[in-house]
Amino acid sequence: MKKKFNLFIIIIFLSFSFVIFYKGLNNSNTYTPQIIDKKNIPIFKAKDFNSSAYVDSEKIFKEDIFYVVNIWASWCVPCRIEHPLLMELSKIQSLKLIGFNYRDNQINAKNFIIEFGNPYSKILIDNDGILAIEFGAYGVPETFVIDKNKKIIRKFVGPLNQEIVDEIKLIVK
Amino acid sequence: MKFLKIFIIILLFTGFSQLRSDEKNNELKNKILKNIRCLICQGQSVYDSESDFAASIKLIVDRKINEGMKEESIYEFLRDKYGDWIIYDPKISKNTYVLWLLPLLLFFAGGAIILKKTNLKK
Repeated sequence: MKKKFNLFIIIIFLSFSFVIFYKGLNNSNTYTPQIIDKKNIPIFKAKDFNSSAYVDSEKIFKEDIFYVVNIWASWCVPCRIEHPLLMELSKIQSLKLIGFNYRDNQINAKNFIIEFGNPYSKILIDNDGILAIEFGAYGVPETFVIDKNKKIIRKFVGPLNQEIVDEIKLIVK
Repeated sequence: MKFLKIFIIILLFTGFSQLRSDEKNNELKNKILKNIRCLICQGQSVYDSESDFAASIKLIVDRKINEGMKEESIYEFLRDKYGDWIIYDPKISKNTYVLWLLPLLLFFAGGAIILKKTNLKK
């Protein structure tokens, strides 16, 4: 009886371990921070890409519309892939795109915009990556959707695709 | 002359205290950076990593320390941005209580088994 009980315990333990490890196999081994609560946009001051003047975040996000913040760089290949989709988003009236130029050479960044077009209503320089961190990003490209209450409601890590663009269009509708 | 001597002593004293506070800040900075996980090169701390993300975190931690922010507040700031995962030493919360309680439970279960076995032998 005792032997049977021990065997039962061992089988339960092994099955439990198997389920845990099997589930773990399907999980991604890279961690992506998720947005659980809607967070207010951080308050910051940043250099304008065109004028080189410092601008306050309150002035950038002052309108009663949706904003999309996109972190990009001229050296980032996925940014080139998503750029046409950003151009598509820039045609939406109820939406403004703000670009954070992440750790980039300004001449290369300007050439990038000349070559692929400018979807952004404002571009801010983020030479040391601090702006990206304030938004909870850790690389390029990353995109954030900000609602009319100035809260970050969605975050997309990696390049945008048509599915995400359609989702953003639905949100800002 | 006396005035000059006093002036040099004060100058040296302030210089040393500045050095000491810089050293203290550096120690605190390194301690914090070793406890932050690099999200780009997972498995490495920000202290060990040379990635762009780690460089930015190093800068921001340095800035926060110079602003007079305490260690726990800096962790809180990073947790708010990236979640519990970014800190190597996680706080007890509804997501991490298993992590904290499991070793304790295993310890007590093991202790109980040993106790039972030794009692049986007696």
